[in-house]
Amino acid sequence: MHGSRLRKTLLTAMLLGPATAWLVVFLVLPFIAIAVFSVGERAPEGGYQAAFTFAQYANLPARATAFWNTMVLAPVGALACLLVAYPVAYYLALQAPQRWRLILLALVVIPFWTSLLMRTYAWMYVLGGRGIPALLAYIGFEDVRLINTPGAVLLGIVYGYLPLMILPIYVSLERLDRRLLEASADLGATPISTFLGVTLKLSLPGVMTGFSLVMILLLGEYLIPTLLGGGKVFFIGNALVDLFLQSRNWPFGSAIAITLVLVSVVVLIAANRISTRVSGARRVDLI
Amino acid sequence: MSKSYRDGLPISPESFVDQLMRLKRGSIGRRDFLGLTGLGIATAVMAREIGIMPTPAFAAESLGDRMSIATWPNYHDPQTFENFKKDTGVAVEVNVFGSNEEMLAKLQAGASGWSLFVPTNYTISTYKKLGIIEPLEMAKLPNFDGSQEDPRFTGEGTIDGTIYAVPKNWGTTGFAVNTKKLTKPMTSWKEFWDTAMAEGDSRTMVHDYQLTTIGNALKYFGYSFNSLKPDELAKAEELLLKVKPHLFAVSSDYQPGMRAGDAWMTMCWTNDGAQLHRDIPEIAYVLGKEGGEIWTDFYAIPKDAPNKPAGYALLNYLMNPQVAVKEHLANGAPSTDARVNKLLPKEVLDNPILYPAADLLTPLEFGAAATLTDPGRAELMARFKSA
Repeated sequence: MHGSRLRKTLLTAMLLGPATAWLVVFLVLPFIAIAVFSVGERAPEGGYQAAFTFAQYANLPARATAFWNTMVLAPVGALACLLVAYPVAYYLALQAPQRWRLILLALVVIPFWTSLLMRTYAWMYVLGGRGIPALLAYIGFEDVRLINTPGAVLLGIVYGYLPLMILPIYVSLERLDRRLLEASADLGATPISTFLGVTLKLSLPGVMTGFSLVMILLLGEYLIPTLLGGGKVFFIGNALVDLFLQSRNWPFGSAIAITLVLVSVVVLIAANRISTRVSGARRVDLI
Repeated sequence: MSKSYRDGLPISPESFVDQLMRLKRGSIGRRDFLGLTGLGIATAVMAREIGIMPTPAFAAESLGDRMSIATWPNYHDPQTFENFKKDTGVAVEVNVFGSNEEMLAKLQAGASGWSLFVPTNYTISTYKKLGIIEPLEMAKLPNFDGSQEDPRFTGEGTIDGTIYAVPKNWGTTGFAVNTKKLTKPMTSWKEFWDTAMAEGDSRTMVHDYQLTTIGNALKYFGYSFNSLKPDELAKAEELLLKVKPHLFAVSSDYQPGMRAGDAWMTMCWTNDGAQLHRDIPEIAYVLGKEGGEIWTDFYAIPKDAPNKPAGYALLNYLMNPQVAVKEHLANGAPSTDARVNKLLPKEVLDNPILYPAADLLTPLEFGAAATLTDPGRAELMARFKSA
């Protein structure tokens, strides 16, 4: 008995080994390095100089605007994504003919095969002066400017992150027991109250997964706002890039990165709690 | 592949595809968006295959079969590297960068892997101080002739009489104006900033680059382009914050916006100005009469270069006037080398964008080393961008 237990432990260790090693080398060690950097000082010519100080954290208010902009962008962007994604996922899971479903799902995923940078550059040309505005000028609307506006940024975000929102919602709707919908109708519920009381409620775990996934990615977003927003709005992602590559204030950048990770974790926990409470489902610990 | 200086003509379906392929290689306007956001590390591989056997001329010292250079987008005639490979068997991998700060960040982090790179004048003393570069072994560069170089542009490569870097080309930082949209003639930085808040509202771009954006805001008040004085920087910041809501974009990738007609005015470097004017004649290039920046880009070899023999061989090759002249025709920036100027066509030498009149050149200042490392300027830029 003792022997079999040992063997089991060994097997578990062997199976978990590669993943653990991966996480330690590529997640834990870099994280420790960043944590060490964040209590250091900027060397006179830039970079890192060993020290033990919380001055970098005390300096966080210098990037308050960036934090604030990010805190607004992330939920608003995720919400916009959700509003577009839900009907698509609903159609895919409950309405689309079975034989089309796989093809339609593939179409949702295919844009991922091209880098987001390329697709965002494509939008730059579509929204730029020789794109849609040129067509508008043709029918009489001169000098319309679409690029470098908040609308362009929102469009880019919804476009870029849509598949990440559609897929989890699709999965949760697909698993939905159709008999519940019939039961709800039999018991006299209107289609709207069936949707709100049954469909939406049971798909909430998918919604929350998609929402937190998109929101966490948006917390680090800088590409889309820079390319489609003209770099006029400053997000945490932009602040980090500038601190590491331009002003080379690595300790301050590290302190911001640590703070961002903590914020992301809080968001993830909150999303998980809300989702379990609202849907009444068994609690699933994401972290 | 070899089409650098024709890049970005008014877009057609074919050139759009070309453009996409070019972007995929990470190659857009100098100190462009890709670079400034960190993606400039995206690497354009010119030629990766194992090279042919070295020719006897280079056989004395083994050059290996590959090396890596860090430089600016659209800055070389790609044919140059292909010819170099043909002659020596060394394939050149080209890393395209967005800013000097970013190059420095990569070199400070170590193991850049470059055997040659292209720093701008004001960074060289910092590289020397940090021990990132060493004196060049001039015996390995017989093609370089210091007596033919214009000393105005080449001084900063030499520190205490020792040559650390040799010049590639020089240029200026002015602004480009679409004169069909903004018809009032402009000659000064004061007019640039004032127009940005009036006729040029929501159609003006400034660089995403602290040196030039802050420097040219300082010129509005007639201060030095390089000022580090707190009261002068405060005035510049006040102006920048006032202009910010009126801007079209804060980006160093201004060619697409100017070409598409979305932007009507932008801060601009010589070579971009020359390209824009050549393709769209109504886009003029203006040097502010108060002054502004003049710059020289140099070649230097990192101390930790993995293939120094090849780095020297390529540098020597690039110093050959016959090779350099093609480079200048491709990237559109003026040469520091009298031997190259003799080979350039007259219309290039007569182009006032490349070779401005003396009275416009006189007030220009070279960027100062301190601006590169000054944390105050970096924080000012962050406040401007986050405003």
